[in-house]
Amino acid sequence: MQKKRVVFNYPSHLVDQPVISKLVKDYDLTVNILRARITPKEEGRLVLEMEGKRSALEAGLNYMKEIGVEVQPLAQDVKWYEDRCTHCTACISVCHPQALDVNRKTMEVSFNRDKCIACELCIPVCPYQAMEILF
Amino acid sequence: MAKTIEEINEKIRRGKAVVLTAEEIIDYAAEKGVKKTAQEVDVVTTGTFGPMCSSGAYFNVGHSKPRIKLGGGRTYLNDVPVYTGLAAVDFFLGATAMPEDDPRNKIYPGKFSYGGAHIIEELVSGKDVRLTATAYGTDCYPRKSLETYISLKDMNEAVLFNMRNAYQNYNVAVNLSDRMIYTYMGVIQPKLGNANYCNAGQLSPLLNDPYYKTIGIGTRIFLGGGVGYVVGSGTQHNPDVKRTEKGVPKMTSGTLAVKGDLKMMSSKWLKGTSYTGYGVTLTVGIGVPIPILNEEILQYTMIRDEEIWAQVIDYSDAYPQFIPGSLGEVNYKQLKSGRITVQGKEVPTSGLSSYLKAGEIARILKEWIEVGKFFLTQPVELLPSVDSGIVFKPLKERPIKKHH
Ligand code: SF4
Ligand code: SF4
Repeated sequence: MQKKRVVFNYPSHLVDQPVISKLVKDYDLTVNILRARITPKEEGRLVLEMEGKRSALEAGLNYMKEIGVEVQPLAQDVKWYEDRCTHCTACISVCHPQALDVNRKTMEVSFNRDKCIACELCIPVCPYQAMEILF
Repeated sequence: MAKTIEEINEKIRRGKAVVLTAEEIIDYAAEKGVKKTAQEVDVVTTGTFGPMCSSGAYFNVGHSKPRIKLGGGRTYLNDVPVYTGLAAVDFFLGATAMPEDDPRNKIYPGKFSYGGAHIIEELVSGKDVRLTATAYGTDCYPRKSLETYISLKDMNEAVLFNMRNAYQNYNVAVNLSDRMIYTYMGVIQPKLGNANYCNAGQLSPLLNDPYYKTIGIGTRIFLGGGVGYVVGSGTQHNPDVKRTEKGVPKMTSGTLAVKGDLKMMSSKWLKGTSYTGYGVTLTVGIGVPIPILNEEILQYTMIRDEEIWAQVIDYSDAYPQFIPGSLGEVNYKQLKSGRITVQGKEVPTSGLSSYLKAGEIARILKEWIEVGKFFLTQPVELLPSVDSGIVFKPLKERPIKKHH
């Protein structure tokens, strides 16, 4: 079993198609939608976590690409600008998956992309505009 | 045996001064003993890097040809208004100033992504900003408008002047209500969802000299990456508060007013800061050297996070309504552990003042002293202490009589 976090960019004609249920049924994947932003007649964006056999994951993602969905790994969408970060730790108490975490000995903050679920809670909390989510 | 500032400076000149940071001194003195350490160590360096709203800078931009009197007119830097109630080409830019067309909190919570503090950061990093002005015109200053780029190096003077910085201790902010609140203490989650604190604890300048026995008017300091001076106690300086046995205030207390040449500073240590729903502020790096004149002064600098207590205040009601009362006391060791207990509930903590950067400042200042490029000063006058009789007054409102 493998887990993958991805961002799907839908063209407008696919927004009302049941593509996710196809992923679940035809490719036997467990799908957990983390965030969705779909505006009618426009593009849709979906952040999700998929779990399944390695081969099934690949096949599922290929299917999405074939029908015209742009697939990106989630990490591309969340950015921590280390040079803007002052290590104040303001974000630490809102980042529940601990993607933003602090070494309690040195009080140094770090960002682990793989843990980030793009919940956006850190965005209004960071006073230095060090977190950016392109979504 | 007590030391004097002159003796310490002589050792700095000879490259022989022993300097430790306020963090290093703790274990060092515990191991070697107070007596020996007080003889050996000459200076303890402190640091803080947190948001300080009562910051700003004044400028003299030079006279244009023909001349213009900005005083009494309207002047902007990158559309942010500056204060011109001064002579022809002097003005003051406040850290919290923002463009007139910023929506503020009309779209709640406002972003406050740009303001005076960001301009200070940009100027210090060498960038050009737009200076625009309108004036009423006089016989000696005929010009009525001005539009030009300007940078720090073009100006005659550019001085950081902060009327209140480096708060000695601060509140821990929580939210008892059931909606998210947006404050100068950050975004605070409902129902005790988090607790925000804002002090460097054992590294903080005024917590290492709690009775202001070495810090005063004329104390040379690290300011914004350059050299600055304490020019006096800051506004709201309130020394006579509840203190621990070791003299450490258990709540907001002393403050510093500081100034320094902006041209010598760095944007690494002056950061434009945006508090969602609250406004713009400037995060300022300050480091104060404490001369170890005797054992008593040394003992003050040995203060540890677990000996520094702060009050937990509800920012959904008690603070805005100015209702006294604390939900309890916590110390900085607890705050830095990431969890405190308030009203029996475990609450995750977040800082607003960077302990990591505070340590970096203390180490930079230590190095400046070690290599002989920073000397200590004898203050002209110490800051007012607990016996000063200072009382921190609220505003007493009196109805204004209406005349017809
Ligand atoms: S978006 Fe959410 S999960 Fe990702 S870093 Fe920010 S708070 Fe953490
Ligand atoms: S709130 Fe922003 S500046 Fe502070 S530690 Fe988090 S990412 Fe860094």
